[in-house]
Amino acid sequence: MTVAIIAMAVLGAVLGLILAYASKKFHVETDPRVDQVLEALPGANCGACGYPGCSAYAEAVVLKGAPINMCIPGATGSAMAIGKIMGVEATATEPRFAMVSCNGDGVAQRFEYQGVKTCNAASVMGLAGAFQNCPYGCLGLGSCAKACPFGAIRMGEDNLPYVDENLCTGCGKCAEVCPRKLPKVGPESRVIFVRCNNKDRGALANKTCNHACIGCGKCERECPFDAIHVINNLAVIDYDKCKLCGKCVNVCPKNLIINVRAERKARKTAREEKAAEETA
Amino acid sequence: MKEYLTIMFGLVFVQNFILSQFLGLCPFIGVSKNRSSALGMGMAVIFVMVLASVSTMALYKGVFLNETLIKYEMDKYLDIVSFILMIAALVQFVEIAMKKMAPALYQTLGIFLPLITTNCAILGATQMNVVKFSGLGFAESLIKSALLGVAGGIGFTLALFLMAGIRERLENAPLPESMKGVPIAFIAASGMALAFLGFQGII
Repeated sequence: MTVAIIAMAVLGAVLGLILAYASKKFHVETDPRVDQVLEALPGANCGACGYPGCSAYAEAVVLKGAPINMCIPGATGSAMAIGKIMGVEATATEPRFAMVSCNGDGVAQRFEYQGVKTCNAASVMGLAGAFQNCPYGCLGLGSCAKACPFGAIRMGEDNLPYVDENLCTGCGKCAEVCPRKLPKVGPESRVIFVRCNNKDRGALANKTCNHACIGCGKCERECPFDAIHVINNLAVIDYDKCKLCGKCVNVCPKNLIINVRAERKARKTAREEKAAEETA
Repeated sequence: MKEYLTIMFGLVFVQNFILSQFLGLCPFIGVSKNRSSALGMGMAVIFVMVLASVSTMALYKGVFLNETLIKYEMDKYLDIVSFILMIAALVQFVEIAMKKMAPALYQTLGIFLPLITTNCAILGATQMNVVKFSGLGFAESLIKSALLGVAGGIGFTLALFLMAGIRERLENAPLPESMKGVPIAFIAASGMALAFLGFQGII
């Protein structure tokens, strides 16, 4: 008994001393600001900033002088918080949202798909997975909804994903998982959007889907700024030139160019009111 | 030479720590969700297992079986508790030193180290060393312990990596809701254990 006590005490003391010495000798200085910055970030680890996670970004901000407004989910709030910690003025970042470039509800099915119920599984199977008539549009298996870290995407009854812009942070995870790259992330001011991805010629596109872009070129002729063009039988907006006048929206015979200015504006005022309430 | 090969082959396949001795099941289920972290964990296990094997064997042979101290019979009852202390302290020390000297290595390996500090597979390896090698000479017992640590760690890594590959594919399998996640992982693990049972009797 005594021997055991003495032996354990000696062993513990020796090892304890070694550890105490090591922690002094190998002490690593860490910047306390790294932890503060990490706390100011949302902690979703989405990687939208281009770093492997929130802690890597926090380290990059403090140690390598990375820009403080890279966090897309955190938006202006976290940029300002980080700016306070780092002592730099934050420039406001514009919120970004994902929009889905397909509106093809009720596209005919070529056969009943029995495989694994994810968009990627269906698309890697080639023809065997191409159960849906449109080779460009949404498969409707909801991989984007599953991938969204903020629960902002909901699959509607028409098997199309709907983005809740109150929850969407524009991190782009949905665009990453979509095999057809249908969700497009853009800034809040980008209110005109083409909701189709069909690059087939008009007659064929029309046969596939009631809501497909047939490449008629009406929008192209209407646009006063030379900003919308039919490329590969699909209307594509050049947002560098687009002045968001909305003329193309009115002429599109398929109603697939949308204008969400009103909704965005209402949501923006609601958000600003809420922010003002919080600061008051 | 032959006995070294026996230790190597035996610990990787025949007496695989996870699949035939059912030691270290916690990290086997916990860290086998993707292959890269399984590999990182495996490397950490190899590292800690060698370290633990050598250090505890040195303690056992050098102190407990020391000629002047052997009359206290410490080897009879003090081995497990002192081994735990020894391994925990050593891993702590390595972690602190690694953070300072090799930050890159710490980034890839360091996060796994505290997870396995005195894992049952590690403790099992040290106990196996005592049973198998404590009768040998000091140097030989240390070398064989180290080899057993390497082989045990490789066996652990092999099982973990295979499991991670299986589980990555299971993610996409159409399963009943109640079977998703850990339940199907246990079933897959039992299948792997059955397969490894085929190595039994080779040595």
